[in-house]
Amino acid sequence: MARAATTADAFNAVAEPRRRQILDVLAGGERPVNDLVRQLRLAQPQVSKHLRVLREVGAVDVREEGRQRLYRLNGEALKPIHDWVKNYERLWSDRFDQLDLVLDELKQQEEEGDGSDD
Amino acid sequence: MAVTTSGTAVLTLPTDEQILITREFDAPKHLVYRAMTTPELVKRWWHANRGEVTVCEIDPRVGGKWRYVAVAHDGMEVGFHGEYRELVPDERIVTTEVYEGLPEGVTEEQGSTLNTATFTEADGRTTLTLLIQASSKASRDAIIDSGMEAGLQDALDLLEQVAVSLD
Repeated sequence: MARAATTADAFNAVAEPRRRQILDVLAGGERPVNDLVRQLRLAQPQVSKHLRVLREVGAVDVREEGRQRLYRLNGEALKPIHDWVKNYERLWSDRFDQLDLVLDELKQQEEEGDGSDD
Repeated sequence: MAVTTSGTAVLTLPTDEQILITREFDAPKHLVYRAMTTPELVKRWWHANRGEVTVCEIDPRVGGKWRYVAVAHDGMEVGFHGEYRELVPDERIVTTEVYEGLPEGVTEEQGSTLNTATFTEADGRTTLTLLIQASSKASRDAIIDSGMEAGLQDALDLLEQVAVSLD
């Protein structure tokens, strides 16, 4: 079933490479905006813009601590993407599980010395 | 009895147009290569346990064509074909791949992918990496969506089994 293309879903939010970078950094733990600006080598307004999009879809959460705003990853919002990819991954896993069986047989044939020809 | 479980396929999305699948096999690479280029062998694993491979044609030379058709347990038929671009025995297979049920208005060129399978061996075990390069993010996403359908079908099959068991 094809997913609906909306502007405000997690799929769209992570389609942008910079936003994926932000998520990668936040995967390492909570960070203030300044850290993100430094690590991504982007101007603060750009980082803030990306963070706003990520917040809108719930991919990141923010909290105030003193004068700082700390951002952190919200894995739950990204689960639809994980699930989306998982099914296709499983198709290949299932194929390769069958391939394992074929390979076992080929190995056995080689050991018995009659597996040199197909 | 031989140990058959070597791990699960790991899927990542390196760029917006790519899918990368990696899997390790407990066999030397010349056997993995053979199992991927010999019709009688491909027929035995490509169905992914979801049905049967009814057509498996392989002409393993540069410019040679291949075509696979599978019929799922529910009767749904899917076909794929392509052309070999590069074949380095036991090392590398590069081929185009086109799904034969492309939506109306999508040309073969837009819908086809370039697939590169690379085999590396260590201690008698082979790591296969399969890089699927699509022509656009939309077509890459459509491929992943097709897995969604397969997954959904699995779920429905399971549901049916459960429903029958409750009867």
